[in-house]
Amino acid sequence: MESILNIFIKSIFIDNMVFAFFFGMCSYIAVSKSVKTAMGLGVAVTFVMAVTVPLNYLLNEFILLPGALSWISPSLASVDLSFLSFIVFIAVIASFVQLVEMAVEKFSPTLYNQLGIFLPLIAVNCAIMGGSLFMQERAYANIGEATAFGLGSGIGWWLAIVMMAAIREKITYSNVPAPLKGVGITFILTGLMGIAFMTFLGIQL
Amino acid sequence: MSSKEKEPLFSAKNIKLLTSPFSQSNPVIVQILGICSALAVTAKMKPAFVMAISVTVVTAFSNLIMSLLRKTIPSRIRIIVQLVVIAALVILVDQVLKAYVYDVSKQLSVFVGLIITNCIIMGRVEAFALGNKPWPSFLDGIGNGAGYGIILIIISFFRELLGSGTLWGYQVIPDWCYQHGYSNNSLMLLPPMALIIVGLIIWIHRSYNKNLIDK
Repeated sequence: MESILNIFIKSIFIDNMVFAFFFGMCSYIAVSKSVKTAMGLGVAVTFVMAVTVPLNYLLNEFILLPGALSWISPSLASVDLSFLSFIVFIAVIASFVQLVEMAVEKFSPTLYNQLGIFLPLIAVNCAIMGGSLFMQERAYANIGEATAFGLGSGIGWWLAIVMMAAIREKITYSNVPAPLKGVGITFILTGLMGIAFMTFLGIQL
Repeated sequence: MSSKEKEPLFSAKNIKLLTSPFSQSNPVIVQILGICSALAVTAKMKPAFVMAISVTVVTAFSNLIMSLLRKTIPSRIRIIVQLVVIAALVILVDQVLKAYVYDVSKQLSVFVGLIITNCIIMGRVEAFALGNKPWPSFLDGIGNGAGYGIILIIISFFRELLGSGTLWGYQVIPDWCYQHGYSNNSLMLLPPMALIIVGLIIWIHRSYNKNLIDK
């Protein structure tokens, strides 16, 4: 239980997807113009990550890892399918996003209209793919830890994009040098926020 | 396929496709695509260079393949077809890297896999390859990959020089500097500085190209 809480807090603040690994920067820069849309995208990313990371964890554990197929028959113990992991992970993510899109369209048309094109774009958000790949690289012990990591990373990304959107709404009233306006100042601000987030380094629960 | 066209292989239009991503429509600092990997692998020059080559190869060939397939794919399922093509190419690149430059491949870790979701590749396929002939698409892919590579090399040059005093792994700052109190700025090796360097590059680039300034 302790390790799950530790992973959860760690993935939100210390290993924050945006500030420590720059994952999902494209949509982070493009969508952080207003707090409202940033909120919507943040919720969607968090949800997709909290589901796809444990899903990919199960696939990795029972199909892809070297010897993972031995639960079917012992003769398959020597099979190593880990080279397929990229294609399996991205297929799971893309089809899950498609599923979410259809479900949202059916059950909540208002939310669907609010999110607009951002929903399908989640499939190519590198934060989500990165979450699955980190889950594989760090080899979490059980599905609880993998879920905590997925949920925490999603919340971390959500937090980052909402904070950035709030700052950008304010900065439209400031006198930024013309060549730095827009993306330039956004990069520098993200860098400064990243330095601020570094103060969380080394926290252990 | 291009031999059937009347247009020569390297006509002025095609050359423009190849060179405009170097500066005027650079994928990283103008189109703001593919930032994640551009920042994460640039603490040293060598991984940055390997990454640039890998992305160029994947962009060029995914553009080529998607351009060849563009008339046969129904538009509803095109995203998943694109992802499958790109993922297959990335697996090839990953296996080649693991076989020939294992240490660099270890340093790049998950970022090789993340080429799949690199927005440059999806962006170029969506924006260019689906509406153009194979040869221009291929050139567009190489041009954008190279434009991405240039930025990677610039960022990693400054980060490695100021952060560890080396270039390409060789020491360039002489020992007597260190003896007289010079020390490496290890902040340069940390993630936030990469963002700030990109911000500064954008600043300088837009000061010279006024047409790109945000209104």
